[in-house]
Amino acid sequence: MSEQSLFKTVTIPFKPIPRSVALSASVLIWVIVIAGWFALAYSGTVKDMFLPKPEAVVTTTIKMMADGTLWEHMLASVQVVLIGFIVSSVVAVPLGLMMGTYRIVQAFFDPLVNFIRYLPVTSFVPLFILWIGIGIEQRIAVIIFGIFFQQLVMIADNARSVPRDLVNAAYTLGTRRVDTVFHIVLPATLPNVLDVLRVTMGWAWTYLVVAELVAARSGLGYISLKAMRGFQVDVIFMAIALIGILGLATDQMFRIVRRVVAPWAV
Amino acid sequence: MTALKLPNDPSSSDIDIKDVVLRYGKGENAVLALNGISFHVERNEFCVIVGPSGCGKSSLLYLIAGLEDRTDGSISVGGQVVTEPGPDRGMVFQGYTLFPWLTVAQNVEYGPKRKGYAPAARKDTVEHYLAEVGLSKFANHYPSQLSGGMKQRVAIARALANDPEVLLMDEPFGALDSQTRHSMQKLLLRVWENTKKTVLFVTHDIDEAILLADRVVVMSGRPGQIKKEIRVDIPRPRTMDIMMEPDFIAMKRDILELLKNDDDDH
Repeated sequence: MSEQSLFKTVTIPFKPIPRSVALSASVLIWVIVIAGWFALAYSGTVKDMFLPKPEAVVTTTIKMMADGTLWEHMLASVQVVLIGFIVSSVVAVPLGLMMGTYRIVQAFFDPLVNFIRYLPVTSFVPLFILWIGIGIEQRIAVIIFGIFFQQLVMIADNARSVPRDLVNAAYTLGTRRVDTVFHIVLPATLPNVLDVLRVTMGWAWTYLVVAELVAARSGLGYISLKAMRGFQVDVIFMAIALIGILGLATDQMFRIVRRVVAPWAV
Repeated sequence: MTALKLPNDPSSSDIDIKDVVLRYGKGENAVLALNGISFHVERNEFCVIVGPSGCGKSSLLYLIAGLEDRTDGSISVGGQVVTEPGPDRGMVFQGYTLFPWLTVAQNVEYGPKRKGYAPAARKDTVEHYLAEVGLSKFANHYPSQLSGGMKQRVAIARALANDPEVLLMDEPFGALDSQTRHSMQKLLLRVWENTKKTVLFVTHDIDEAILLADRVVVMSGRPGQIKKEIRVDIPRPRTMDIMMEPDFIAMKRDILELLKNDDDDH
């Protein structure tokens, strides 16, 4: 393929591009970002105090790994995210499916859910600190409040869009009406429900960091805040990178889970 | 497998419809969809309802299936008054209603499984009906991997595998191209002659109606009423060739005339 025709291929709207080209482009963006970082840091354009040298971030990471503090804080963050996410999802999935299936359940919860949904979670943080202190429960509460109502609304929407005749067909094959939610609506919406969980997992990370920045004694958000006070910008960089990597890893995990438990929807 | 073939199927029932009225909405906005429908489908009969779109013929099937509630009148299947959907009334829908999360074989097995039949018996049933519709090789495919015609063949197999007393078919071939529709009609004729299930089939295709039916019920539109019942005495087994015969053409002309008058009324 000549340069000319490659240029033509990638500039046609919506046209698929060769895998190798796509991969190269995906790597290139990181090469540019990191090269830009190197350039800014080593040329002295930006002072060390504001932008750490890449090597400083790497040495800090290795040092904190070695003395165990990094694992401690990472584990603290992961723990809070997982507990908040699981508690929220375990209630939101069945309740959301019920809301989408039964109009009466929707009519009952909708007014409350739609009210809370538009309140910024951050506005609840002072209240939570007042009520439950600054322990792990407070951060879990922030995560649950941040994602639960969103999960509920999205899952209910998915349940509501299950084709009526799919449910009707199940009835004519002997499915009882009381079994509709878990025999028909759940499997019919499973791929979408997993997508909702994947997206809200990302939000859970965001709310975690918010909660840790405000009030915490451990976690990646907490060490960032502490590092800011000590002008340790390399630690802040490390924490941000780790949160990104952990988020990316959970996202990939969800994609794999979806492929395994909903193979028909790949 | 021949043991499963049931000529003059003893599990079939008749359908009795008396003075059925269906009204949507209330007061001035009420729409009268069906106005005093009465007719009887004999046991083991293949009865076809033909009528213009919007004449309420599909609604009538939904009423018999128990998927919708009639405003007035009585419907009974095998002497049992219809109050809710049940596996005694199998249905094949116009749209695709296979369970996307189950394989072809699992879809066909769904009804017998609900009834609590033993796995070995279920396996025989599934193999038999998949062979009947010529899809044995696709047992482990998911519905998303099938063409439209194949999906409807599985839907027919799934309905029959549940051994209903009557089979309701709501324009099951309406969405298929004419080539596929013809082969589906041929297949349905063959399968029906093996089972002699009581069938009530709805279509707007007059050729299809005469080709399949023992009796054609002609309906007029808005509000739906029965115009005429025509007995089709063309001997079975039938092939596509009968569509060229004078009897067939005369019958088609009669029905066209009946439906044309209906147009003039509006």
